[in-house]
Amino acid sequence: MADNTPAGSTTDGAIQVGGAKQPIDARVSAPASYDVADFPVPHGREEEWRFTPLERLRGLHDGTAVADGAGVKVEVTAPEGVTVETVGRDDARLGKAGKPVDRVAAQAYSSFEKASVVSIPKNTVLTEPVRIAVHGEGGVAYGHQVVEIGAFSEAIVVIDHTGDATLAANVEYLLGDGAKLTVVSVQDWDDSAVHAAQHTALVGRDARFKSVIVTFGGDLVRLHPRVVYGAPGGEAELYGLYFTDNGQHQEHRLFVDHDTPHCRSNVVFKGALQGKDAHAVWIGDVLIRAAAEGTDTYELNRNLVLTDGARVDSVPNLEIETGEIVGAGHASATGRFDDEQLFYLMARGIPADEARRLVVRGFFAELVQQIGIPELEERLIAKIEAELEASVA
Amino acid sequence: MATLEIHDLHVSVDAEGGPREILRGVDLTVKQGETHAIMGPNGSGKSTLAYSLAGHPKYTITGGTVTLDGEDVLEMSVDERARAGVFLAMQYPVEVPGVSVSNFLRTSATAIRGEAPKLRTWVKEVKESMARLHMDPSFAERNVNEGFSGGEKKRHEILQLELLKPKIAILDETDSGLDVDALRIVSEGVNRVRDTGEVGTLLITHYTRILRYIKPDFVHVFANGRIAESGGAELADKLEEEGYEAYTTGGVTA
Repeated sequence: MADNTPAGSTTDGAIQVGGAKQPIDARVSAPASYDVADFPVPHGREEEWRFTPLERLRGLHDGTAVADGAGVKVEVTAPEGVTVETVGRDDARLGKAGKPVDRVAAQAYSSFEKASVVSIPKNTVLTEPVRIAVHGEGGVAYGHQVVEIGAFSEAIVVIDHTGDATLAANVEYLLGDGAKLTVVSVQDWDDSAVHAAQHTALVGRDARFKSVIVTFGGDLVRLHPRVVYGAPGGEAELYGLYFTDNGQHQEHRLFVDHDTPHCRSNVVFKGALQGKDAHAVWIGDVLIRAAAEGTDTYELNRNLVLTDGARVDSVPNLEIETGEIVGAGHASATGRFDDEQLFYLMARGIPADEARRLVVRGFFAELVQQIGIPELEERLIAKIEAELEASVA
Repeated sequence: MATLEIHDLHVSVDAEGGPREILRGVDLTVKQGETHAIMGPNGSGKSTLAYSLAGHPKYTITGGTVTLDGEDVLEMSVDERARAGVFLAMQYPVEVPGVSVSNFLRTSATAIRGEAPKLRTWVKEVKESMARLHMDPSFAERNVNEGFSGGEKKRHEILQLELLKPKIAILDETDSGLDVDALRIVSEGVNRVRDTGEVGTLLITHYTRILRYIKPDFVHVFANGRIAESGGAELADKLEEEGYEAYTTGGVTA
């Protein structure tokens, strides 16, 4: 599909082995910190901000967005055995997964008043998901959430974002040894919402973390899914699905930090774009540090551009500081559904709207199956169809 | 008996400096069971005829009529034409990312037949057709035309022809880019469909090579956007010996 890349898209990428001139953690304008004052106000030309329309962040990046108490309402529904708490800033469990990596995340860390902590004790297998509903009420909010799961426990957590808000947040996932945690974060915002968040998972020994990020809504959504390993044997699967419409900016900036031996990561993000000025950004940074022998990692981003006027920036970066690994790879491709494809399908009797559905459904099908949560599969397919209907009409 | 009637068809494309006329009054009648070879030099308008009949948006009909059993084909959308029984095997079939061959074939057959084919008989039908075209079963799981070789693309087109059973099949340079083995396999596929007697075939080609495998009832020479001469199979032999020179130098006028 290389010769099929739409105008206005970049499909870059790099694999660097040893002595990189510009290591992944040096491409940011300031080192990670809990304090917003440690980050300069971005002007837009920094590596980590160059794709983001700062003027649409509504002041989350420059200190002018002030929480007004009418930002979001958070409701947690959890099965028995799970502890749900609202805690103050000084709670010892906050900030353990990692520091904020950009000014907006640090602003959120510096500004939130109360955090919610969901704890799943050890040796507990939940049969029902924990549901966290984050509903935007139209105002500005800074949030903090922690999900901790004890050793050898298994759980699914579904975080649903709906409504309208200007929200910056940090979400931490702390996985005990041998725990299995699946987190589904759905960004089903109204088209006016602005949402910037850092999701950091600290994966314990032999623990398995699966993240499913689904972004449909929002005026601007910018997420940093990050994985760090606390001990050997951890595994992370990061799946993402986005459908970027007219005027939407949806940005996913992943970082998997392999600093521990014998850990695995697998990243698959797929996006469809439709409409004028739809802009999707995917940054996939994977760093295999010298100590991380036996690492096995792969990352993939695919984009399907359905109409003219949409733009994709897809940049995978793989940096390898040790040769003693099992495998490392990445792939990125952006294809387009164009008039010739439409003609071909219609020339086989398939009506135009069905042809478009066929292509989009086919494009996402494999990913949706990989997610492995039947309830979510149906919801995703229904949502994808609804997005198509809305945009075609 | 299904009949495609093309009468005084004029077609233009948008070019720099305004529309350019490519077809300048094509008259042709194709009946079910007949095979018409349309031969002509590059740029004579053969492919334009094929794509105009299928309804490609690039081509503007500026005059004339096309009917299938009296129904106005030019009024129909691309998918309506296909459902009415017009099939175009394309010279350059396009890749469709994300759609597997098996999903594509079934969706298409459902659209053309008006109902979803019964799964068990359908699977058997597809499998047998693929085997006859020497296609590996794994082919069904690949994305439509993605990474296909030239020969695989053409076999895939003929597979669709066999499964969709159109009334009128337009084969646009199906022979181009095929080696002898592939040409034979593809031609055998076309002949199986022709042998049913249910299809009228419009075989568009630059070379006479394919006519050794697919015997036409009529041969038409296309030049300057219209049919310059019509005859039986013997006309192809003449072209084989003399080439198109007589038609391109303006020696023949209608």
